[in-house]
Amino acid sequence: MAVANVQVSETPLVLYTLRRADDALILGHRLSEWCGHAPTLEEDMALANMGLDLLGQARELYSYAAKVESKDNDEDKFAYLRDVRQYRNLLLVEQPNGDFARTMVRQFFYAAFADLYWRAMMQSKDATLAAIAAKSEKESAYHLRHSSEWIIRLGDGSEESHRRAQTAIDDLWSFTGEMFAVDDSERGLIDAGIAIDPAPPHAQWLRTITTVVNEATLALPASNWMQQGGRSGRHSEHLGHLLSELQSLQRTFPGATW
Amino acid sequence: MYTQALNTSDADDRNVEDAARAAAFQARIDVDERIEPNDWMPAAYRKTLTRQISQHAHSEIVGMLPEGNWITRAPTLRRKAALLAKVQDECGHGLYLYAAAETLGTSREELVDAMLAGKAKYSSIFNYPTLTWADIGTIGWLVDGAAIMNQIPLCRCSYGPYARAMIRVCKEESFHQRQGFEIMLMLCRGTDEQKAMAQDALNRWWWPVLMMFGPPDKVSQHSDTSTKWKIKRFSNDELRQKFVDATVPQAQFLGLTIPDPEMKQDEAGYWVPGPIDWEEFKQVLAGNGPCNRDRLAARRKAHDEGAWVRAAAAAYAEKRKRRQFAQAAE
Amino acid sequence: MATPNSPLWEVFIRSRNGLAHKHVGSLHAADATLALQAARDIYTRRGEGLSIWVVPSSAITASDPAEKGMMFEPAESKIYRHPTFYDVPEEVGHM
Repeated sequence: MAVANVQVSETPLVLYTLRRADDALILGHRLSEWCGHAPTLEEDMALANMGLDLLGQARELYSYAAKVESKDNDEDKFAYLRDVRQYRNLLLVEQPNGDFARTMVRQFFYAAFADLYWRAMMQSKDATLAAIAAKSEKESAYHLRHSSEWIIRLGDGSEESHRRAQTAIDDLWSFTGEMFAVDDSERGLIDAGIAIDPAPPHAQWLRTITTVVNEATLALPASNWMQQGGRSGRHSEHLGHLLSELQSLQRTFPGATW
Repeated sequence: MYTQALNTSDADDRNVEDAARAAAFQARIDVDERIEPNDWMPAAYRKTLTRQISQHAHSEIVGMLPEGNWITRAPTLRRKAALLAKVQDECGHGLYLYAAAETLGTSREELVDAMLAGKAKYSSIFNYPTLTWADIGTIGWLVDGAAIMNQIPLCRCSYGPYARAMIRVCKEESFHQRQGFEIMLMLCRGTDEQKAMAQDALNRWWWPVLMMFGPPDKVSQHSDTSTKWKIKRFSNDELRQKFVDATVPQAQFLGLTIPDPEMKQDEAGYWVPGPIDWEEFKQVLAGNGPCNRDRLAARRKAHDEGAWVRAAAAAYAEKRKRRQFAQAAE
Repeated sequence: MATPNSPLWEVFIRSRNGLAHKHVGSLHAADATLALQAARDIYTRRGEGLSIWVVPSSAITASDPAEKGMMFEPAESKIYRHPTFYDVPEEVGHM
């Protein structure tokens, strides 16, 4: 018996919350793939810590989305019983780990954004979102610090690490624009003071990453062409494989409790 | 945290030591004094401990792999977080243990290289595959349960850094076995398929877990010196018996059958298992377990693919030092 | 090829305000910044800390256990340094 996908009533607030939850889950899942395979034991610990932070953020956001939706859904139904087209995360966070440089660049781009974004969201008129933001901001601030230190070491370390870090930046750059995009659904929430307008933090984000990238003797690409689609469920091919792994037990054993 | 009695005796080396110092050393051990890194110690004590602690560390790190195999497939977000935290703990425990071993004078890199070269042993249990989610429950319940039996006495081991590492490990591990048992409980209260999954996992893991305590006392060659040095406080068979007696009622609570038709309770109330297949144990230790090659390959891959990262960090540190030096000279 | 050694660091953690930093363990890191981050990631996962020091292990100068007698035993006979050495009548009260 196949397990049907859950239906989600994507009101603007549910959709908004799910998008942030999906970002956190998918990136946390990616980081958890490193567990047992990192370049040093110390870094294995660090990657798992960041993964656990993100997993925690995802769970709080899913629970809130379920509460707002007031249907039969919960954190696990959102995570395990939505198909690739129902997932709302950024394309950036679903990109495969690749080598350590790629993982760190992905983390760096996202954390530099999330840090600003959560900080702004602490002022949300929605008390739950503001509380989640206050907790998440401290986590993303550390993720930014951690990944920045590595970007500097990889960029300004050996020839090989420089090359790998630059390649990762070049390859992932086109996925960064989506973080700052707003659609109609979010526009209303922004006007109501609930959601955060990601446009204002863009300049600050660019300053932050430029400073680190310069110190790392790396360069940001000149291209401004940006990929979009994750927010509306048009993903890269990678996400389907991630989900088939993530969801395998729930899909294989319908209705079982774990 | 997984240790296993794998050591062979180094008693011969002791002959070359100064007899008076050796006697004074033993006297300290006898009054339960702790030995610290800079203290004089017999070469054989150093060698035995270096090997035991590093094997213990290797076991933690290799032990991340079978459970890590299910992090991306954990069936709920709660289970996923718990499993990731648990496997991460094992990494931490490996790290504490390598640090304890290093105080005896061998670098972590050297110890790890020996493991990757296949020259150092780690616990045989991690050479078995995790096939279903129930294996994750079983590992927490039984493998961690067996490990706890082994490691609690190690908190009083005569070597200070090892004992301190073990205290930290035991404190952190307190949730691991409960985590596993909870998974088993959910499965055993679940659908028929889930119950069958739990029983199947127990069937596959039971005997390998009993082997974790090492060969029977009558053939174990090295327990004497380790006992005298208070590295080991209970024999393999004593610990195994303690484990079996603790586990049988838990299995009964779960409604699972221990896959040992010969097991019976003796008059004193102890559960006596049937004969253990020590040939299988020997083969797994010799590299012929179902996953020995996969485990080593995975660790080598992580090590090799991390080499450029470690080199980059070292190169950057060197550059920074030079820059600071140049600045200071200006 | 043998793996090159990376520097060893000792980690000290202040668990609560008002307490001194206490040695908790060691780790490997290429430089001080990475060592501090690693100490946070390894040794404060369960809310154990409010402040961290990392010190290169090589920077520690240790006393020699073989000189224990010379170093520490002379202090043991100076019992007049302890308050219990002095007799003060009970009726004087706490002093």
